[in-house]
Amino acid sequence: MLQIKNLHVKLEEEDKQILKGVDLTVEAGKVHAIMGPNGSGKSTLSYVLSGKDGYEVTDGSATLEGVDLLEMEPEERAAAGLFLAFQYPVEIPGVGNMTFLRTAVNAQRKARGEEEISAADFLKLVRETAKTLKIDAEMLKRPVNVGFSGGEKKRNEILQMAMLAPKMCILDETDSGLDVDAMKLVADGVNALRNEGRGFLVITHYQRLLDHIKPDVVHIMANGRIVKTGGPELALEVENNGYADILSEVA
Amino acid sequence: MSATKLQPLKVEAAEARLAALTLPEGAGWATEARKAALSRVAAMGLPHRRDEYWKYTDPASLVAAEAPKAALFHNDEGPLFDAIDRVKIVFVDGVFDAAASDDLTLTGVEIERLSDACTKDIHWAKDIYGVLEARNAQSKVDRPLAALNTAFAADGVVIRATGKASKPINLIYLHKSESSDAMLHHLVRVEVGADLTLLETGPAAARFSKVMEVDVADGGAFHHVRAQGRDHERRAVTGTYARLGKESTFKSFTMTFNGVLTRNETLVELTGDDAVAHVAGACVGDGKDFHHDDTVFVTHDAVNCESRQVFKKVLRNGATGVFQAKILVQPGAQKTDGYQISQSLLLDEDSQFLAKPELEIYADDVACSHGSTSGAIDEEALFYLRSRGVPVAEATDLLTLSFLGEALEEIEDERLAQDMLDRLSGWLSRRR
Repeated sequence: MLQIKNLHVKLEEEDKQILKGVDLTVEAGKVHAIMGPNGSGKSTLSYVLSGKDGYEVTDGSATLEGVDLLEMEPEERAAAGLFLAFQYPVEIPGVGNMTFLRTAVNAQRKARGEEEISAADFLKLVRETAKTLKIDAEMLKRPVNVGFSGGEKKRNEILQMAMLAPKMCILDETDSGLDVDAMKLVADGVNALRNEGRGFLVITHYQRLLDHIKPDVVHIMANGRIVKTGGPELALEVENNGYADILSEVA
Repeated sequence: MSATKLQPLKVEAAEARLAALTLPEGAGWATEARKAALSRVAAMGLPHRRDEYWKYTDPASLVAAEAPKAALFHNDEGPLFDAIDRVKIVFVDGVFDAAASDDLTLTGVEIERLSDACTKDIHWAKDIYGVLEARNAQSKVDRPLAALNTAFAADGVVIRATGKASKPINLIYLHKSESSDAMLHHLVRVEVGADLTLLETGPAAARFSKVMEVDVADGGAFHHVRAQGRDHERRAVTGTYARLGKESTFKSFTMTFNGVLTRNETLVELTGDDAVAHVAGACVGDGKDFHHDDTVFVTHDAVNCESRQVFKKVLRNGATGVFQAKILVQPGAQKTDGYQISQSLLLDEDSQFLAKPELEIYADDVACSHGSTSGAIDEEALFYLRSRGVPVAEATDLLTLSFLGEALEEIEDERLAQDMLDRLSGWLSRRR
């Protein structure tokens, strides 16, 4: 599904190498988690994959189902099936959440040469999906993320994910700023979207999210590289001993 | 240039302009006001770009004896507010078109042509014609273009609301001649407890001068929604001069699309306690041939009044926006609540926004705030939308609408607001 090979990335504005040769393959139907200390390059990886400005790829490649992601505009990557759930979802005053969702869904359909979804079908679909995420109708009417609590913002991200039905989902620190109940709600939403054709890359500091979204593979990232890969037990090891042991072990 | 050197130039310009104009005949009681206005123009001279009041907008083409031509814009959109039941009053290049207009009858409202009202010996309009325009209660700024209008505008409407108007009145300004030079002067009186909504739509003329004097009595409510038309080469100088009585309401919103030069002046005086004045505007301009100027003065001269100014400008490809505005709180105008915000969204480096926001306060128990910002599209928000699959152009449009939202929200009537929003979306998708 997602294949990253020897990815090297530096900041565009300054001569600072962030990613120093990332190799990672996420298969369809699998959930991969990336853990790592602050500054290890986890969020940068998510931004580079989704096409944010400010980064320069100096070497390596990233493909989604064999298609080169790095050559595409952010909107083209989205239409190709990539989705990033933001760590800090952006507030957009004056644009209704519903308008935003429908614009996004139809833009992707159009880009793929599919027919636009009718207003009635869309409304039905969004209401059903929102209900499973415990998003009330009032939240759909409000401007995008404006005045949403931390939990509401993250649920709104998952709602978008559900509506856009991507092939590959990247969750960037989705657990940050959430209490236990909110995290469970978000995790349930993600779990409901797991299926054989969809890959997940869950970026997190802490093991606790992985109690709710059970990963198939766990990677430890440090200093711009994946330094260790293992099963779910690796996340527990981090939880119990911190990163220091693992990092000194691979150093 | 010193004031002593400037004044002769201004008087000279006035003489040149006046030579091409004649006072309307048969103007009845208005004759006196017109002559008074004429002598004011002769004394003040006409504006010059060295005037502080015209610091950011060159008035030369508004002052010139002959109006520059303006090509007609072929609009493929239907008339604005077409689905809304309203009394349509049509002016073609500044001349009333009876055939194209509805009957001037409306429950709760008296509507007349200015020229008809002038011939009646006793008329309420006599007390405000040229009076609100000339009051100059604050800052002692000369406004000779408004005085010129008072002297020479032969046409216009005179509206008196005595109750709640059953539907809005729509002044429709059609532009059909490339060389039209039009002046209109409207008078509005909203009586005690009455309620009127006035709509103004259309490009009006190649060069358009309009003065509207609005007198809102105690407890009256005046709602004003205006859309200035799409013709790129048109020029306009408009002035709204309002006086508000006790517990009255004045709410005005203007949307401006295109125009090589637009200067909209709004002067509101809150003269009765507990009055409310909201003045808002949004404009979208594309290209070096766009210059839009909002000049607003709100004077608080009573206790516990509220005023609010919200102005938003979207500028791209070298367009220019101007905002100069003041909240003046007179001695004794305690408990004043004044707010003023002006913001521009600059979509490229060539566009510019010039702002001169001012507060002048002579009372000690007031709450006034003002702010002015210029900014580009928020890159974070743009990336967020694009990451959801929205192409960059469409995402920029969404963020542009988001930016203008706060100003559009000033339109209270939801149908009017929706029509305006649709028109704005149309402008964005047509790219000018």
